[in-house]
Amino acid sequence: MILQVQDVTQRFGGLQALTDVTFDLPEGQILGLIGPNGAGKTTLFNVINGVYSPERGKVIFRGEDVTRMPSYEVARRGLARTHQVVRPLHDLSVRENVMVGACYGREKHSLKEARRLADDALTQVGLIDRADQPSGSLNVAQKKRLEMARALAAKPYLILLDEVLAGLNPSEIAAMMETVRAIRDQGITILMIEHVMQAIMAISDRILVLDYGILIAAGLPEEVANNPQVIEAYLGDPKMTAQLLAE
Amino acid sequence: MLDQLISSLTDGLLLGFVYGVAAMGLTLIWGVMSVINLAHGPVIALGMFGTYLLFTHLGVNPYLAMVPVAGAGLIVGLVIYVIAVHRVINAPHLSSLLATFAVNMIIIGVGTAVFSTSPQNIDYSLGSVEVGFLTFPASRLVGAFGAILVTACLYLFLYFTRPGKAIRAVANNRMASELMGIPSSRVLALSFGLGTMMAAVAGGLIATFFPFTILSGGPYELKSFVICVLGGLGNPLGALVGGLILGGLEGLIPTFMPVSWVPVVEFGLFVLVLLVRPSGLFGAK
Amino acid sequence: MKPWRNPGFWLPLVIVLVWGAVVLLIHQDTMRETAFILLMAVGLASSLNILLGYTGYVSFGHIVFFGLGGYTGFYLLSEQGWPLFAAAIGGGLLSALIAGLVGLAVLRLRGAYFALATIGINEAARAFVSNFEPFGGPTGMFVNFSAYQKYGGPGEALWITFIFLWVTTMVVLLVSYLVKHSRFGLGLLAIREDEDAAMVMGVKAPKAKTITYIISAFFPGVIGTLYFFKNGNVEPGDAFQLHMSIEMLVMVMLGGMGTVMGPLLGAVGYQWLRGYLLTSPIFKDLHLAVAGAMLLLIILFVPAGVVGWVRNHFRRLQKVLE
Repeated sequence: MILQVQDVTQRFGGLQALTDVTFDLPEGQILGLIGPNGAGKTTLFNVINGVYSPERGKVIFRGEDVTRMPSYEVARRGLARTHQVVRPLHDLSVRENVMVGACYGREKHSLKEARRLADDALTQVGLIDRADQPSGSLNVAQKKRLEMARALAAKPYLILLDEVLAGLNPSEIAAMMETVRAIRDQGITILMIEHVMQAIMAISDRILVLDYGILIAAGLPEEVANNPQVIEAYLGDPKMTAQLLAE
Repeated sequence: MLDQLISSLTDGLLLGFVYGVAAMGLTLIWGVMSVINLAHGPVIALGMFGTYLLFTHLGVNPYLAMVPVAGAGLIVGLVIYVIAVHRVINAPHLSSLLATFAVNMIIIGVGTAVFSTSPQNIDYSLGSVEVGFLTFPASRLVGAFGAILVTACLYLFLYFTRPGKAIRAVANNRMASELMGIPSSRVLALSFGLGTMMAAVAGGLIATFFPFTILSGGPYELKSFVICVLGGLGNPLGALVGGLILGGLEGLIPTFMPVSWVPVVEFGLFVLVLLVRPSGLFGAK
Repeated sequence: MKPWRNPGFWLPLVIVLVWGAVVLLIHQDTMRETAFILLMAVGLASSLNILLGYTGYVSFGHIVFFGLGGYTGFYLLSEQGWPLFAAAIGGGLLSALIAGLVGLAVLRLRGAYFALATIGINEAARAFVSNFEPFGGPTGMFVNFSAYQKYGGPGEALWITFIFLWVTTMVVLLVSYLVKHSRFGLGLLAIREDEDAAMVMGVKAPKAKTITYIISAFFPGVIGTLYFFKNGNVEPGDAFQLHMSIEMLVMVMLGGMGTVMGPLLGAVGYQWLRGYLLTSPIFKDLHLAVAGAMLLLIILFVPAGVVGWVRNHFRRLQKVLE
């Protein structure tokens, strides 16, 4: 088990964002995390990688309790993530962006080594031609790839991908999915949030469904897709759900 | 000893009202547009000079002069906003900090050339007032009263007029306000003008207490920072209360320590509050 | 690329090297005085740039390190009879120590809150020193003339102080370059661009910022000692001037923050402008106003500063103008 999340509960003021979320992630799997907007998916990511400390619960990464660790400690242990709203380091070049990931990730590298690793990562995501460009000049799809390159350069054991497909057209989606598969083939475990149903159902080994901060379903993609509770969560209406299922 | 203590404390509190008005101007600007107006001090000094000139050259009662001084303060603020702040309103904080500081330099520079640095005084005494065993200059009392008046006017404006509500809307969420059709640039300019107006009025009131030069705004600007942080940046009522706290402290401390320690306590408290409770004693915004 | 192969590495160092050498050769007092003020400005601006330009944290009260370090160094020199070098380093170390202690707390603040806190620290330090008897309280300290005698009299002492400043300025520029091009510096730039994203990538932001604050505080402490020794006295009003602090900011912004050449050009340019305005019959009284107007124009229209603007528009010069 590369990641164990136990009874994670998080509250913001009056809003209960996560309640008793528990799941395990075996190494080498692709675990998809889906749920309606506002379900708490990104919050869960933030708890896992140390941006937030949960009120209750534990996060155990590779056997170590990382619950209360700040995000840079978690990153150093080999957990990388991308962001839903991309965050490039604007005034730095594309390569320099990725070099930060390489220098401060799991392995401490010198600048020279980092440059090499950055170029490898950029090649893998298909951005090597733009290595010297300022990162602010990329379009959305390219910035998403930049985030992935940054995460990869850190040589993580586990990557959290937050909606890497959002805002992409179908051919870009197909290309990105190939990249995700390639990452998994490298032996990196993946936990990904996604709204593009077909894509995530196709690629995931297992699926988790979050609704209002509660894990309402977990299992194989086919099981989850036919789960009435899940359908209801997305459609919001039990009667319509029953109708659809009956068809 | 106790007499002395209460006397100093009262004096400090009365001054504190006026400090509060100055700080309110600063905190209003911060609350609406997240800009720290580093030209705050010079505007206070301009208020001092405005009142002085009206009194000395036109014989206007210094307290009545508050009205035109307020108007001038408003206009100065509008001008500063349009020239210096508007372009950098969405830029990183450093830009607006330096832009308003540049205005500070310009005002001080021109002011020094025009007024020189000799101290000026408003020779208008209202005599002293006796309340029980306390005696203090009536100007303090009138000043405090004026400060309360200005605060009340500000509140009435913000809560009962359309432009006032627009200001509160923009302070709350600029983008949403724009979507609602509120002309945010104009509102921001107005808010800035209100902020400087309060600074100018405070300056005018202070001019009735102490002699001043074009550079006198500086210490009051620093006091305003401390007060704003104490009261919570963006919280006008907090600024008034913060002003009272500071004024009270300034009155009390000299009874126990040499006066020269007052700034140490003031700024020590300032840094402490920033570190421990940056949203101030009463909550920011 | 190895630093010594990059022309951007050499340019600032060579400029200062040659400049100082020329002043030493001609050996004229007034020229030395002017150069002293200019080199001091370069040193102070470059120190501030290490914090501001690389981490993006705006220290408005940075002059406090000049003041505290300067006071301490002066005290060591004048009252305790330390040699100049040791006293200057001592001043620098005290500033570094204060930065380390205060930094851990204050650097948790961001943006304008941090800026305000630094102003508060400066004012608190000034007020404290005004009350601190060993440092002469409100009147400050006057130099013990025997301190000059050690170097062969005031005349010689001033030349030696100049040489120290010259070397210190070159060291600051060197450190500035090395930090920028190191792994540590890359982490700082990441913090500047997006601190939270940097932390998610593994940059230990709190530690990195504090170390940077310490480095940026050390040199003003050294420079302060040299300045007050040269002047022969130190008092609270001179040591903690908020205006000097802001001038440091202006010089960095004018030249271009985040570059090594920027603070150098900015300092020289600003000081030259200031000197010109002060001595010109028309502008004599308006020097502050004109400087303010210039600052405003830069902020509004050329926020990247001179060096930043040139680098953005003439990409090929990027290697030369670091």
